Amino acid sequence: MLRLAKYLKPFTLGIMIAVALLFVQAMSDLALPDYMSDIVNKGITNGDSGYIIQTGMIMLLIALVSASCTIAVGFFSAQIAAGLAKNLRMDVFKKVQGLSNNEFDKFSAASLITRTTNDITQIQTLMGMMIRMIFYAPIMGIGGIIKALSENVSMSWIIAVAVIVLLGTIMIIFSIAIPKFQSIQKLVDRLNLVTRENLTGMLVIRAFGTERFEEKRFDKANADLTETNLFINRIMSFMMPFMMLVMNLVTVLIVWIGAKQISAFKMEVGDMMAFMQYAMQIIMSFVMLSIMFIMIPRASVSADRIAEVLETEPTIREPHSSKTFSNDFKGTIEFRNVSFRYPGAEEDVLHNISFTARPAQTTAFIGSTGSGKSTLINLIPRFYDVSQGQILIDGIDVREVKTHDLRDKIGYVPQKGILFSGTILSNLHYADRNATLDDLKAAADIAQATEFIASKPEGLETEISQGGTNVSGGQKQRLSIARALVKKAPIYILDDSFSALDFKADAALRSRLKLEIGNSTLLLVAQRISTIMQAEQIIVLDEGHIVGIGTHKELMENCLVYKEIALSQLSKEELGA
Amino acid sequence: MSESNNNLKQQQPRRGLMGPPGRGIQMQGEKARDFKGTMRTLITYLSEYNASILIVISFAVVSTIFSIAGPKILGKATTKLFEGFLAWSNGMDFLTDFNYIRNCILVLIALYIISAIFSYTQGWIMSGISMKITYQFRKDISEKINRMPLKYFDSRTHGEVLSRITNDVDTISQTLNQSLTQIITSVATVLGVLVMMFSISWLMTLVALFIVPLSMIFIIIVIKRSQKYFKRQQEHLGHINGHVEETYSGHSVVQAFNGEEDSIKKFSEYNEKLYGAAWKSQFLSGMMMPIMTFIGNIGYVVICILGGYLAVKKTIDVGDIQAFIQYMRSFTQPMSQLANISNTLQSTAAAAERVFEFLNEEEEVQEAKKPVKLDQIEGIVEFQNVHFGYSPDKIIINDFSAIIKPGQKVAIVGPTGAGKTTMVKLLMRFYDINEGSIRIDGHDIRDFTRSDLRGMFGMVLQETWLYNASIMENIRYGKLEATDEEIIAAAKAAHADAFVHALPDGYHMLLNEDASNVSEGQKQLLTIARAILADPKILILDEATSSVDTRTEVLIQKAMENLMKGRTSFVIAHRLSTIRDADLILFMKDGDIVEQGNHGELLAKGGFYANLYNSQFGTNKAS
Repeated sequence: MLRLAKYLKPFTLGIMIAVALLFVQAMSDLALPDYMSDIVNKGITNGDSGYIIQTGMIMLLIALVSASCTIAVGFFSAQIAAGLAKNLRMDVFKKVQGLSNNEFDKFSAASLITRTTNDITQIQTLMGMMIRMIFYAPIMGIGGIIKALSENVSMSWIIAVAVIVLLGTIMIIFSIAIPKFQSIQKLVDRLNLVTRENLTGMLVIRAFGTERFEEKRFDKANADLTETNLFINRIMSFMMPFMMLVMNLVTVLIVWIGAKQISAFKMEVGDMMAFMQYAMQIIMSFVMLSIMFIMIPRASVSADRIAEVLETEPTIREPHSSKTFSNDFKGTIEFRNVSFRYPGAEEDVLHNISFTARPAQTTAFIGSTGSGKSTLINLIPRFYDVSQGQILIDGIDVREVKTHDLRDKIGYVPQKGILFSGTILSNLHYADRNATLDDLKAAADIAQATEFIASKPEGLETEISQGGTNVSGGQKQRLSIARALVKKAPIYILDDSFSALDFKADAALRSRLKLEIGNSTLLLVAQRISTIMQAEQIIVLDEGHIVGIGTHKELMENCLVYKEIALSQLSKEELGA
Repeated sequence: MSESNNNLKQQQPRRGLMGPPGRGIQMQGEKARDFKGTMRTLITYLSEYNASILIVISFAVVSTIFSIAGPKILGKATTKLFEGFLAWSNGMDFLTDFNYIRNCILVLIALYIISAIFSYTQGWIMSGISMKITYQFRKDISEKINRMPLKYFDSRTHGEVLSRITNDVDTISQTLNQSLTQIITSVATVLGVLVMMFSISWLMTLVALFIVPLSMIFIIIVIKRSQKYFKRQQEHLGHINGHVEETYSGHSVVQAFNGEEDSIKKFSEYNEKLYGAAWKSQFLSGMMMPIMTFIGNIGYVVICILGGYLAVKKTIDVGDIQAFIQYMRSFTQPMSQLANISNTLQSTAAAAERVFEFLNEEEEVQEAKKPVKLDQIEGIVEFQNVHFGYSPDKIIINDFSAIIKPGQKVAIVGPTGAGKTTMVKLLMRFYDINEGSIRIDGHDIRDFTRSDLRGMFGMVLQETWLYNASIMENIRYGKLEATDEEIIAAAKAAHADAFVHALPDGYHMLLNEDASNVSEGQKQLLTIARAILADPKILILDEATSSVDTRTEVLIQKAMENLMKGRTSFVIAHRLSTIRDADLILFMKDGDIVEQGNHGELLAKGGFYANLYNSQFGTNKAS
């Protein structure tokens, strides 16, 4: 919680005003019973109607003051809470934008999303409440105690007993209920998991005829959840009747003891009635406080999660003094003895990699999953930094230029076709805002996307929903290839971007690429031999080592791993051997 | 809880205690289309618990009546006390009737304790009922899923169905658990309090009744205004969440295209708008309480003045003022609850409607009356003039006929999106064909029971499905009564044994929720083992494409060959070697089977298949 305290600073004045207003509010609220007591003690006892009306008017005035204060506090607390959330959200978002893939791996994207959205909303809710309740309750509680003591010391023990009994019960109930609350979340997750499995595995379940088995599995999750829910509901439904009972008994007790005191001339009737109200105010403020203290730990979990993000330093940093690429940019990429290890890992995933990828050539990477192909190419745009060695582009270490300049030179196509919500057009424009419509169309054509775009009634204006869920996997890949092409970059990196394309589209795309971006340096990761057979240079990776560099023909002759891969996919005649 | 000021006593249970302040306002949710009908159905669900609900209602009423009686009795005690006091101040002896006061207090204590016991018992029973109904709803929905045709799920996301099991059922449960008793106690309180107030003074009651609608009008005005901002806030929150989600999940693309600045700019715009709506909606909804309190206070003062005046005229007693103030306080709470109840019921009806709608969806077509039972299955599959379309006006498979002999291999080939899995779905009767027939060993598949029919098939799909249990249990899924030895034998035949042994805990390793602790290829091996264990006569296989590494792919290939031995198999093929070896190739395009024959025949034909084959290797020849 305290880690975010500095975010309160801009609101110091607002908070101070709010506290001052709360003080006035509490004082007005506490004054009202006094006047009521006066009405009974002086007005009614003496039959003085004028006094009653006059006092009543004063009470109305005080009530008006109290209401205005509450509204003003509401105004400040709403602005402070929303403002705090706004600033936090902005800072977290900016921070995350600058994080490198290392940090994304560490937190996971899903967790970062929750931290930017739900966690901050939690803080906002708590903040709004905190100002109104946390500050108000103690002022009210202490004020009430002072008033009650000034009214009658000898009855104050009733209040003390009531507070102790109530707080004790609340604590006991919560100490039983809170662990159960936590297990509820797990049980709900379990129920969701089983249901989701039932939905995703519908074909399999029906094929194996295991519907009864699944129903039993669901039933178990359902029964567990129901049982725990029932327990919690029953425990919690104890709270209200019990609290009402305690408060009712307190009033009864006050009347009983008050009656004796009045008959002993120690107290007036109006005072007794006022004392009842103070007792209620004090008890309520303690209850409020105890509930706040139960809520704070939950919010502080959120606060810690936010602070964790804000305190993270990105591992990819901008160079202190940056070099710039020459105007005559070629795009020669050289790996010089590069090794890479994920932070915290025990072993390198890439060992001593050296090769050169030249302009106007295709350099392809092949190898089994986990051989380090994707990791290798992710080092070029500095999604990760090398652990050892150097990556040079046109002779300059990638860590010595601004990341912005570096990435400007690269057209990157991710493994999964990632699109953003908007239209097909806006997604293509993402690479270059100034690209003309003809540029975009040409890129889409090379990427073999023209046909499916034309088949949509809205054409290029077709809406893309969030996550691109309304286009198929193959269409997503085509669009993300087209997007990269719009950039007209001197270097292209395609990370297994053909996997969802059928043979025909794959072949057509390759031949067009050769034709249209033949002058660029093309790096290509693939699983299918047929995709890379024509590359000028094929690099075969196995467990992070380069085990072969050469053309298809050369590798077929002298690289065992390559040959094994090739033979598993195609027959000898097809391989043109 | 600022309204607790100058409360003599809080009479009415405050359900909102645990919630955030201002929870009293409920934002207008969605509405049910058929409110009455849905409610009627919901009530029939409740009818099973008629006796218990009757007890709950009577307990709630008794508890309310008992607690309403309190202030009046307490007021009498106060009056007695005041009378004694007054007598003394008029120069007489202080003759407080302590016996009377003690009796009053004893009665009160008894009333309060009984009221608390009844109130708790009522809550205890009601949570039992609502939990049982919630459980039943969930159970019904989950069983319903298994009986529904696949078609239903084509047009709906999993999230939609999930939200019925969780959110919608929760909404119903909440209403049953809280709102039901709330309605009863609120109505009882309002009526009871009115009676008590009239019994004290009709004049004061009329004044009080004038104030209540006044506060209602204010509340409605504030709710109307804040609702506008609340909606806007939700909308902007949605924008922000959407933007965050896609920017974070596409982080590397954002970085690669230097899109950070644009993204931050867009976020900042959304954030600014959210801020505006957020503080306004919070402020406006926060205004409710003070306004209500203030109006309550006006009433309080007016009653004090009026009561004082009447007391002076001896029309009422001092204790009556005290009691009346308490009653007035306990009047506003149930009134605003009752005002909210229509909202609550509306959103409950909307949730219940969705649940009932789901439960009433059409189920898979009934089974044959006299199903065929076969002891021995050969595995002859016959398609006779099959016509099929996902919707009747859009037939995609036109007049397809073929005979597949036992042990033959059929390759289904075609570009992505050509509908290759349609064949699979037809064979296993996930969909029914529109015309013609599909026969197995000479019997129409519609003459088998679904479970018998599906039992003949084994299925290995590229999109593997495993569940959150141990590897052992996942393989056992193919045959639930299989012994551990059988499972290990199946794993060995599927070439899965070796990698399973290398895993921590071996066969007992738990697969995590998305089964991501084994690789894609390993998952496929496990599903093959599962199919081997099931020992089906006819196989449906989906060949792995890119997501599997080459070495595992070789293993999968071998495992599939093991599996296919002696079984009729349908393979959705990507690998040309598999296609070439097939006894029959079905070439699919736009959902229809446009060509059939073996590799040689189709090449000679020079159609789609030949075109695909040549395009794959055309460039190869050119180089």
